[in-house]
Amino acid sequence: MAKPKLKKHHINRDWCKGCGICVELCPKKVLELDDQDKVSALRLQDCICCRLCEFRCPDFAIEIETKE
Amino acid sequence: MAIKDYLRERFFPHLWCPGCGHGMVLNGLLRAIDKLGMSKNEIVMVSGIGCSSRITGYVDFHTLHTIHGRALAFATGVKMARPELNLIVPMGDGDALAIGGNHFIHAARRNIDITAIVMNNRIYGMTGGQFSPLSGENIRATTAPYLTIDPSFDVVELAKAAGATFVARTTTYHIQQVSDIIGKAILHEGFSVVEVLSQCPTYFGRKNKEGDAVDMVQHFKKNTTSIGSKAKQENPDLIERGIFVQTELPEYCSEYEKMVQRAMKGQ
Repeated sequence: MAKPKLKKHHINRDWCKGCGICVELCPKKVLELDDQDKVSALRLQDCICCRLCEFRCPDFAIEIETKE
Repeated sequence: MAIKDYLRERFFPHLWCPGCGHGMVLNGLLRAIDKLGMSKNEIVMVSGIGCSSRITGYVDFHTLHTIHGRALAFATGVKMARPELNLIVPMGDGDALAIGGNHFIHAARRNIDITAIVMNNRIYGMTGGQFSPLSGENIRATTAPYLTIDPSFDVVELAKAAGATFVARTTTYHIQQVSDIIGKAILHEGFSVVEVLSQCPTYFGRKNKEGDAVDMVQHFKKNTTSIGSKAKQENPDLIERGIFVQTELPEYCSEYEKMVQRAMKGQ
């Protein structure tokens, strides 16, 4: 199976509460909290589409869209 | 189906605090249901009272938000009336084992086909941080300013002793294991207990200086190990996670159906 390629990080800023779980537990440190304490994807080129941020988000605020 | 199709999006963002483990359990649970390909109409979720029990408000299944500790009693009624439905009962630690302790052990004894998920954050969050029967010793809580002296229940041992035929434990750090175990628990015919160690950064974390939500989640990584691992032999304080019991025994509703058949024959 080919590695999935990242298409887009869908981040729902209205649902994100800025707990930082996704930021700390991302294996490639792709995410960061911005000045309003909402998550934003800064280093997109490093994303390996493991989806751990999406799985661990308590607020359903992140969704990873991939293309095969 | 996408995960969001199982949510009642009009109630989001949910009321849980930033970093609350209950949202992570809900995430894992929905992924398990999605993987099993179940439709919304074949699932009934019943909950009691507490932060964890608010979970029923956010899912688009058949849901019942009932009285404190009695979720399993209501679920037993639903299951007996409509045995073809899948019953999922998420409960907090206090809801399951303090207020609802009796319902818990008797549901396990009957081996009725219900999936009970104990979201164990070791504190009563909704009412302001009182200690629960799963807090354990030397814990600071609103009702224990000089630390608790009560030993805690071990959910796994209790469920095993009471007769549950599927008993497992995992944590919010191990989110893929949460989905995996909940999926197996739903498929299991009989009473399934899944304990998920969850974090309450607002009360448990703050009172006990365990840091923020991220620190608490990483604490689960450091302090747990797979069943029977070498690390457990070296450090007996580690908490084991995995599936402890998975056995097949006669299920309550099918036994009841047999009894109905006998009665219909007039024997």
